[in-house]
Amino acid sequence: MSLSETADRRDLGKVTDQNASRPTAGRHTIALFASELHLVFGRARTWVTLAVLAGVPMLVGVAIKLSGAEGGEGFIGQVAGNGFFLVVASLALSLPFFLPTAVTVVSGESLAGEASLGTLRTVLTAPAGRSRLLAAKMVALVVFCLVATMTIWLSGLIAGVVLFPIGDVVLLSGTTVSLADGLLRAFGIAILVALSLLGLAGIGLFVSSLTSTPLAAMAATFGAFIVFGILGAIPQIDEIHPWLLMYGWPSFADLLRDPPYWDAIIRNLLLQGGYLLVFYTAAWARLTSRDING
Amino acid sequence: MDGIDLEVPAGSIFGFLGPNGSGKTTTIRMLLGLIAPTSGSVELLGEPMPKAQLSVLPRVGALVEGPAFYPFWSGQANLLRFDAADRTADPRTRKLRAGQALERVGLSNAAGKKVRAYSLGMRQRLAIAVALMQRRDLLVLDEPTNGLDPQGTREVRSLIRQLAGDGTTIFTSTHLLAEVEQLCTHAAVMTRGRIVRQSTMAELRSELRPRLVVKTPDLERAATTLTGLGLTDVRQLETTVDGDPGELPIDKLAAALVAADVRIHGFGLEHPSLEDAFVALTGEGFDVAE
Repeated sequence: MSLSETADRRDLGKVTDQNASRPTAGRHTIALFASELHLVFGRARTWVTLAVLAGVPMLVGVAIKLSGAEGGEGFIGQVAGNGFFLVVASLALSLPFFLPTAVTVVSGESLAGEASLGTLRTVLTAPAGRSRLLAAKMVALVVFCLVATMTIWLSGLIAGVVLFPIGDVVLLSGTTVSLADGLLRAFGIAILVALSLLGLAGIGLFVSSLTSTPLAAMAATFGAFIVFGILGAIPQIDEIHPWLLMYGWPSFADLLRDPPYWDAIIRNLLLQGGYLLVFYTAAWARLTSRDING
Repeated sequence: MDGIDLEVPAGSIFGFLGPNGSGKTTTIRMLLGLIAPTSGSVELLGEPMPKAQLSVLPRVGALVEGPAFYPFWSGQANLLRFDAADRTADPRTRKLRAGQALERVGLSNAAGKKVRAYSLGMRQRLAIAVALMQRRDLLVLDEPTNGLDPQGTREVRSLIRQLAGDGTTIFTSTHLLAEVEQLCTHAAVMTRGRIVRQSTMAELRSELRPRLVVKTPDLERAATTLTGLGLTDVRQLETTVDGDPGELPIDKLAAALVAADVRIHGFGLEHPSLEDAFVALTGEGFDVAE
């Protein structure tokens, strides 16, 4: 099958001229990536999600303030004494549920959303290039994860300063460090938490490449997340626990030791990288061979 | 889908006709590299698809199966997004080109409005604006007037004519014969996944030979007389007799019929429509493309 145009020379000449004035490849790739970010952050839904995440530290802070109770378990117990811990406690509280939900929604939407709108065919005939489009989608997901955890970090800091006394930080290992050092460590935690979400983001991207129904992609991704949670709760299969998606998630707390325990942190990052690699490759294989009928 | 070879002359408006389900959209999707053929190869502008898509597709503007947009964005934002996806598009002139494309399709006033609030006609025009973001050698428009009211249809048609006038080759699929008749310079007819006809419109029209139709109660006598006068393919119908007069002068035919004592209630030449030709090529009724 073919469609050919019996073009005259004048016509071809014009095209060549136009190509000559077109800029180099790097700028276009940046343009597509920027456009993907705009697609994620240019919608009200994303801002509502971020607002909800920003609300977590406020809610936790106000609740602790109102109860007036000193002491208690873990990071939350230390919030009343030092507002700094509100940052860490909020990140820790958001990791098991709020953040995965947000990542599920955004990653499930990424390809399936475009397929359901029909914009995928327009983007692909632009032509965006399928591999390049997938890369842009993934980069936008990574940026979203980072923005989500940074939102909590910032909101936690503001709420912590406003509601509680704030000062030097006593680490888990007993050492006292300056507030600035503590905040830097909390910033590192925000990054680690964001990176911990990448395995799930990869799963979401893959599922999203399978369907033209974004809601189905979100539900399936969240379902996978719950299955991991259930598997992690069954003691009889504890041999496989270290390989589950969320096994290394609590490792971020090791950054609050002096010196930090890097082993568990690195292991978690490698595990997330492994999940991401497997599912990203699967998504690539799927998207590059998929018939776009939607 | 079998052995389709479409030759679209530069600067022509090429109508791609076929009943629903005949494979028009599938053909277009394959040409644009959206779907892969189960076997065989696809070429667009002489380049293999989808292998060469990154170099060929920037030269091609496409509207596939109805307009699709991000409803939560403005028309302009949609244009910018699709242009950003084109790796050959210059980011420096993007806004300027978007403004020009919107003006071209008459949407300048609605540029900042969310596409959710656009009418179908506006969306259809916005889809054409996407194709106009860059100078293209070829525009592939899949049913560009589908679902439009008469005004919208006229708007789109006149836009297509303008574009063709500027030297862009237009390849438009449709099942609306009136559209092809008014718009196209060339046409191909597809049915059951095959191209059954491909020619210029002038050629297609010249083949539609007029028939002489005589309304009369004396069917038999009329038929014999006409056959005797040299008409071919004479048919006796319920109240009429018709046949192909060829080059015979029809005034002489009338006189001959009267002389043969045939009572004439009606007499005239009937020009078959493109629809008749289309149906002759693609089959009648619901068994089409089965």
